Amino acid sequence: MMKRRTVLQGALVSSLALFGTGGLAWAQAPEPYEPNQEMIDAAKKEGTVVWYTATDVQVAEKVGSAFEAKYPGIKVQVERSGAERVFQRISQEYGAGIHKADVVETSDAVHFILFKRQGWLQPAVPTDVAKLWPAEAKDPDGFFAAYRAHLSVIGYNTNQVKKEEAPKSHADLLDPKWRNRIVKAHPGYSGTIMTGTHALSEALGWDYFEKLAKQRIMQVQSSTEPPKKLAQGERSVMADGNEYNMFMLKESGVPVEVVYATEGTPIAIGHAGVLKSPAHPNAAKLFYAFMYSKDTQQLISDAGGLRSFHPEVKEKEGRTPLTQIKILYSDPAKLEPMIEDIKKKYELTFGT
Amino acid sequence: MNVSISLPMPARRGRIDLSRPIFVVLVLVLGLLVVLPLFWLGYYSFLDQNGQFTLANFSALVTDPTLRRPFLTALGMALGVGVLSCIIATPLAWLVARSDLPGRSAIRALVTASFVTPPFLGAIAWEILAAPNSGLINVAYRSIFGLEPYEYLLDIYTFEGLVFAIACYTFPYIFTLVVNALERVPSDLEDASSMLGGRLSVTLRRVTIPLVLPAILAGTMIAILQALTMFGSPAILALPAGFHVITTKIWSLFQYPPKPGLAAAAALPLLIVTVMLLWGQARILGRRGYTTLGGKNSEPRIAKLGRWRWLAIAFVIAVLLLTVLMPYAALLKTALTRTVAEPLTWSSFTLHHVNFVFFEFSATKLALRNTFLLGFLTATIGTTIALVIAYLVTRRSIPGSQVLGYLATAPVAIPGIVLGVGLFLSYSNPALMLYGTLWILLIAFLTIEMPAGYQQLSSAFKSVHPELEEASRILGGNRMTTLRLITAPLLRSNVVATWCFVFIGTIRELSATILLTTSETKLVSVIIYDLNESGDLGAISVLGIMLLVISFAVVIIANRLPVLGGQRLPAAR
Repeated sequence: MMKRRTVLQGALVSSLALFGTGGLAWAQAPEPYEPNQEMIDAAKKEGTVVWYTATDVQVAEKVGSAFEAKYPGIKVQVERSGAERVFQRISQEYGAGIHKADVVETSDAVHFILFKRQGWLQPAVPTDVAKLWPAEAKDPDGFFAAYRAHLSVIGYNTNQVKKEEAPKSHADLLDPKWRNRIVKAHPGYSGTIMTGTHALSEALGWDYFEKLAKQRIMQVQSSTEPPKKLAQGERSVMADGNEYNMFMLKESGVPVEVVYATEGTPIAIGHAGVLKSPAHPNAAKLFYAFMYSKDTQQLISDAGGLRSFHPEVKEKEGRTPLTQIKILYSDPAKLEPMIEDIKKKYELTFGT
Repeated sequence: MNVSISLPMPARRGRIDLSRPIFVVLVLVLGLLVVLPLFWLGYYSFLDQNGQFTLANFSALVTDPTLRRPFLTALGMALGVGVLSCIIATPLAWLVARSDLPGRSAIRALVTASFVTPPFLGAIAWEILAAPNSGLINVAYRSIFGLEPYEYLLDIYTFEGLVFAIACYTFPYIFTLVVNALERVPSDLEDASSMLGGRLSVTLRRVTIPLVLPAILAGTMIAILQALTMFGSPAILALPAGFHVITTKIWSLFQYPPKPGLAAAAALPLLIVTVMLLWGQARILGRRGYTTLGGKNSEPRIAKLGRWRWLAIAFVIAVLLLTVLMPYAALLKTALTRTVAEPLTWSSFTLHHVNFVFFEFSATKLALRNTFLLGFLTATIGTTIALVIAYLVTRRSIPGSQVLGYLATAPVAIPGIVLGVGLFLSYSNPALMLYGTLWILLIAFLTIEMPAGYQQLSSAFKSVHPELEEASRILGGNRMTTLRLITAPLLRSNVVATWCFVFIGTIRELSATILLTTSETKLVSVIIYDLNESGDLGAISVLGIMLLVISFAVVIIANRLPVLGGQRLPAAR
């Protein structure tokens, strides 16, 4: 019995197993590295890099092709699934001693706290990250850094709501005129919204959610869903949801508009890291550095509507640059032990 | 014993009767299918997050309002569905079985259509029709009466809306049972009533209804059971409305960080309620015997509706519009227009969604392949196993064969989502890692469909006299040869019907599937659910219509193909 129980925990509820284990002493961030010819030659000999990613599959494939074009002879194997599933796979594989992945990337910052604690990552800092990335967007010990970010924004349908009547802040959403007209995603099903709920509850207090719950909101699950409900015209205003979905809809002519709330807009950071024992160590580091290069960061901004921490990336026309938006950060290390609590409080407040 | 009996029969010398080893294998297989998941379910419900023994999971069911509330809501919802289904189904059944209403066979066919419709698809269709702002009915309502933009007539995202949307697809259970009962009620009792001067209403109230009451109650219990254990419709309609029922709550316990122990504990009361409902149903149906004990089996009396005719027609049309015609029309329209809101005209007509589903959406091909592979395998393997079990049990050829019957019927008491939890716990450890493969789904579907398959085939066996089989055995055929060469061909139409029934049941399953699929083992039902989450109603409509067309095609082909000799609509029983 005992054996089965522990084994089961490792695999099926792999995520749970992570909580129990203790930390490990980590060193200072290592020296930044720049890909050199030696590394490129070694990577070519390895021939492949395996990338576990949670980025939208079309965007991920584009990044892969760009790498293959820049370094002919090295194939990128894109293993794409949802953030939780990527997390589960790494946990299962590393728990069972299988080392297939080279580079991992998910949209949930909490995952990297857990990966690092398990000792499944190796420190690696490309020069771009060392020089250009702000401190809150990278690990002080150099185990991971923000590959991408997206905001969870307020938005509205411009056919149904005039610009001057649109909400400007989270407080505006509490106006009785929005009763029955708001759609909102769920922190229990979306890491983005969990991060956003944490950030907002720190900035505004839980009181804000108590009042919002009285507005008879339409509750959906994934953070991709509220923008679609706006597009359908089923609800006029969304309390939270992915900014990049709003970009995609807006740029294809759907009458929706993004609002950056005066209190601030929560950001969800998606980190990437090199695994502890990659199957292709040189290709892994080469690809990892490539991910943070200006061209790649520009590519994910243009093709995926994702936000970049690279200061030279130019936002597409019509998109507000990150520097002009008041951002609410959520500390994943603080959030991690609170997830259960927030889910429970949310259910008591909103009913699901 | 066996040896001494078989020795004098020269033809059987050197052959082994396989029925005994098959019996043992079947007991083991069914035991594995049914007992193992329930065992792990029970075991896990006593474990905390660290794998230590605890009773906290059960005490949480009582003390934690976020667990208690979904139970009470689900019970309320199920009762509501039971009552509403009963109100719809009983008059409809009487009209079809006992009145001179025109188009009765068409009505039956349409009710069968609502039977074949997966409830989650119906719920999505009702989202398209009655979402408060974008719903087609509400759009029409506003434009007809010239109302303000946010006025609405119907809001499907409410408790009442959910009850209604489920009842649309559960009333056929009551309908079918009551029609059967009405056709079997001997008309001499009614004749007696009318000869003694009772008018139609009196005869109905004092004779007919009491006679079919057991069927009404039994059907209502099935409807309640269906509603209680349903996952798809509540997930689509209750979550946006801001409440959980027990099935959606169990599912949410698997979101990060997963709590399998608590999910297992929450599943057990659902299992108990299900067993109690089934027990109640069996008791009620057990009393039904007297309805069929008529003297002569005369033709059922057909009532003349007279001036009530138009009211009856209006009622039937309303029911069929709400349950079948409008939802189907909404799906068709959504499939062929770019957005839900625009009306279907020549200019808004588009094949964009069709194109997206079949050529752009990467998940479609894999999901279709998986769905049909599993449908085919489950139907074939399931029907084969059910056939052998039904044979061994009805012919009582082996001592203890009754055990097989009980094992094959037991899964009926396990709600899909509970089975999903149990299977997830059983088959996702490194020693036996079936989670993430199609095998775990095959196991789930075989378990879920076994009771229906077994019931259909065992009742078929009871109708075949064993003398032909005995002839085969005398001529030297062993039991399995006899089953293959004699009995199975005689029961061909029943076998085909069972195959269809299992196939359709499999391709529309969602409750257990939702916990057992991964990105590599997606099924059509799950991608429909996922697409609903991302709001792609057009793509859903295309997939849903495809699922319906295939279901109907299977039913029709199986019933028309002369080679197969099928007769009965499997879904209508």
